[in-house]
Formats: sequence, structure tokens, C-alpha cells
Amino acid sequence: MYSEKVLQHFYDPKNWGKLDNPDGVGEIGNPTCGDILKIYIKVKDDKISNIKFETLGCAAAIAVSSITTEMIKGKTLDDALKINKEDIAKELGGLPPEKMHCSNLAEEALRLAIENYRTKINN
Amino acid sequence: MKRIYFDNAATTQVDRRVFSAMKPYFCDIYGNASSLHSFGLASKKALEDAREKVATKIGAKHNEIIFTSGATEADNLVLRGVVYKNAGTGNHIVTTEIEHPAILETCRFLETQGTRVTYLGVDKNGLISLDELEKSLGPKTLLVSIIFANNETGVIQPIKGIGRIIKKYNKKNSTKIYFHTDAVQAFTKIDIDVEKMNIDLMSLSAHKVYGPKGIGALYVKNGTQIEKITHGGHHEYNFRPGTENIASAVGFGKASELFEPASYKKLENIRKYLIKKLKKEISNCYINGPSTSSGQAPSTSLRTSPETGNELNSIVNATIKGAEGEAMMLLLDKEGVSVSTGSACASSSLEPSYVLQAMGVPKEEAHGSLRISMGKDNKKDEVDYFIYHLKIIVTKLRKLNPLI
Repeated sequence: MYSEKVLQHFYDPKNWGKLDNPDGVGEIGNPTCGDILKIYIKVKDDKISNIKFETLGCAAAIAVSSITTEMIKGKTLDDALKINKEDIAKELGGLPPEKMHCSNLAEEALRLAIENYRTKINN
Repeated sequence: MKRIYFDNAATTQVDRRVFSAMKPYFCDIYGNASSLHSFGLASKKALEDAREKVATKIGAKHNEIIFTSGATEADNLVLRGVVYKNAGTGNHIVTTEIEHPAILETCRFLETQGTRVTYLGVDKNGLISLDELEKSLGPKTLLVSIIFANNETGVIQPIKGIGRIIKKYNKKNSTKIYFHTDAVQAFTKIDIDVEKMNIDLMSLSAHKVYGPKGIGALYVKNGTQIEKITHGGHHEYNFRPGTENIASAVGFGKASELFEPASYKKLENIRKYLIKKLKKEISNCYINGPSTSSGQAPSTSLRTSPETGNELNSIVNATIKGAEGEAMMLLLDKEGVSVSTGSACASSSLEPSYVLQAMGVPKEEAHGSLRISMGKDNKKDEVDYFIYHLKIIVTKLRKLNPLI
């Protein structure tokens, strides 16, 4: 049901955990629906210098979180915002249709983290 | 790698003695049981022997067993069959919120055709209320369909009590409400006597009891008014047309003959051990079911029949807070242990187990449920292996959890 790549990232997720003094945090989902995804970012020179995630959810939710952090590490904030759920799913070698909402969550969490950072900066 | 199968409520391995019994009925004895020549008669004899074995197991008469393609067909046949045949008498079915989808979906279909369905809820122990059942019966009620033992939790309903209530109601009101039970999980694990339990109709399946997939049965008490739902020849006492599946029927018969409650006796201790280990080794974990959910025995009012207040020895349903079920299941599978989960993520819907929700388990916790369903061949040391890995897996997933 899952691609090799999804399983790889699920069994051995990258960039997981909390980030000390993050510049931006984005959280989406709720326990009732089963998935919560939280992304922490550090920003330097308008680029994402470090990123970590914490996820409560199924294999797809964890794999999506993991690969998203890999995809955007080092990218400028504007480039990071261009990554959408289809890109994430494609990078994972596809997701089962009923799991597509998981890649949506990663896109959203990332967007919220960047917004959070920008709001802080503007204030 | 060690492989441990803890998903026997999903399906079981065909017992080798069952397989041996089936073998001759593919290439050697292959006649059509409806044919009157010797090829046909040989098949007919095997079919009737198999029927006798299934009937004996539940205290039924030989001609009260209708072979079907499985319990799903049996459930469809009984609900639709009773409603269609008795449309002039009534239009009401009473069932529960924790039935198998074969019952629930058929009920929902019948609702679109004008049938009224009452879905009885369950308490936190997964048990229906007999008072509520009694109150739900009315002059238009045709059928009560209540699962014998639930497939997710193993919780056993007060079947004798239900049978008694319906019988009493029928006598008092001169009605003829039928009592059907889906006994797929209970069959061979609990002594079933359709006469003593006042059961009129019962669905059974072979592949849950070390028989082949693709065959089940509907017990139809003599005199029960039921319409067939597929049309064709006059097979199976004119209830279920189609050339009989002899090899599978033989396998079903053999499995019925081989297994009985004593075959699962050792699971009583293994189950207790598993529950003890889960509670000891896994923090924030609770068991869904009457004997252990609150750490207290269920109230005596629930003990309306000897079986009530118990679960099957084969099933343990545990909720593990802060870890998601599908993730746990897949990580366990990587270590060689196969279980199942009530998490929404493991289904095509986005809803976690409706059975656990009916018992009052909050959604966020239902996502973290595991069903460990043991079979006759599981051993205690497999529980140790499972717990060892589960503990590591839960720790890992909780570390990933943003809420912890």
C-alpha cells in the first residue's frame, strides 16, 4: 500500500524532534482527526537554516513530515512556500488517495511556521 | 525473523487436517451434488456430512443449516430475507451500533427501502442494555439482530437474556419476532445451543475457525419465514441457489468438528498474561472490555447470562494513548508481529473504530487502539516478544508526538 520511500521515511524519520528557540512554529491538525503535525524552523538570511518536526499520526503523516523537512532545508522562505502537497507526495513516490490529506497537512504546517516567523519579524 | 500472527479475528490459517479433508473434493470427487448419478451422490454425501457437523456444533437440526459464501452473505440473506418475506407483518429491525458492517450496511440499505431500524447503543463495557432492548420491541418489529461476540473487542453479549426477552415478548403479544445473531467470532469458542438460547437465525463463517475462506452458513430454524435474495436452482433447501461448494463445505464441517471451547482453553491464561504485561509495561494503556476496562468487574446487573461480562479469550483490544494505531501496527509488522488497529488511518474512512466510539472511547484515543487476536497456536513467549517491541515502538512514537 505504501511506497518504499514512504516506509523508509516512516521507519527512519529525518529531522524529528523539537528545535530550541525556533524562529517560527507551525502546527496543524487535531487529535480527534488523528493527525497533528508541528514544524519548527530556524531562519538565517531569509533561508531555512534548520527545521524539525513532531507528528502524531499514521505512517504517511510521519513520512510526509520527514520528507518535507528534507525538501525545504536550505531553501529561501519564498521557495519553501512554493512546495505544495503534490510535490511532497511525488517526492515520496506517491501516496494512497486516502492519505493525500497528510501531504496537505505538511504544506499547511510549513506555511504556518513561515507566517509565524514573518509575523514575529514584522512586529 | 520471528513471525507472530496476532490477527486471528481477521482470519485464521487453514488447519492442515481441514486441508487434508478438503483435498479429495477438487480432482477426485467432483460431481455436482444435484446430480443423481454416482458422481453426484458422492458429492452429495460429503455435503450432507459437512452440514451435519456444523448443525451438531450449535445444537441445530441437519436441515436448518444453509451454506453460503460466507457470513456477509448470511447476514444479507437474513436481514433482507426476513424483511422481504414479512413485509405484510411489519417493517422494523432492532440491532446495535457495534455490529459488523455486513449487518450495519445492509440495515442502512434497507432503511432506504422503508425499513425502520433501531440501533441499540452499548455501555462503556461494550454491552447492550436488556431493558433498552425490551423497550425497543413493538408490533411492527420483525427481527432482532445482535452480534454474539464483537469482532473488535471480543465482548460477548447477553445472548441467553436477549433470547428470553424476545420469547417472552412474542408469547405475551402473539408476535413472531425472530432473533438473529452474527456468531462468527463466537463459533467454536463458546458453547452455542440454538434451542436453549432461543436463537432463530445465526450467521457463521469457516475462515475464522481454521476453515477455508469463501464459505459460511446461515442457521435457519425450521418454520422461519425468510425470502431468498438470489434466484436460481433449488439448492440449500431452496434458500440459496448455486452449485454447492463441496470442498469448502467439507472443510467447514471438518473445522466445526475439530474445534471447541477446550481448543482455546490455554488462551485464557495467555490473555490474562498479555493484559497484565500491557498494563505493567506500557504506560497510559487501557483495555477495552468489561472485565478489565475499569479494573473492576462489571456490575452484577449485567451478568444476565453465564457468558455476559466476559470477552472471548482470543481478543484483547487495547488503547495506547499518545501513539497512533496504524504507525504502531506497521512498526510491529516490521518486527514480525501482525496485529490490527481501530485507527482511522488504517481504514479508508477518516473515522476511527465505531465500535470503540460506541463504548465511549474518545476519538483521539480510538486512533491509538490495537486489537491483538490470538489463535489456538499462539504461545506465551510470543506475548513477551510482542510486548518487548511494542514498548520500544510506543516510546519512539511518543517522542515524535508534539503533544507530549
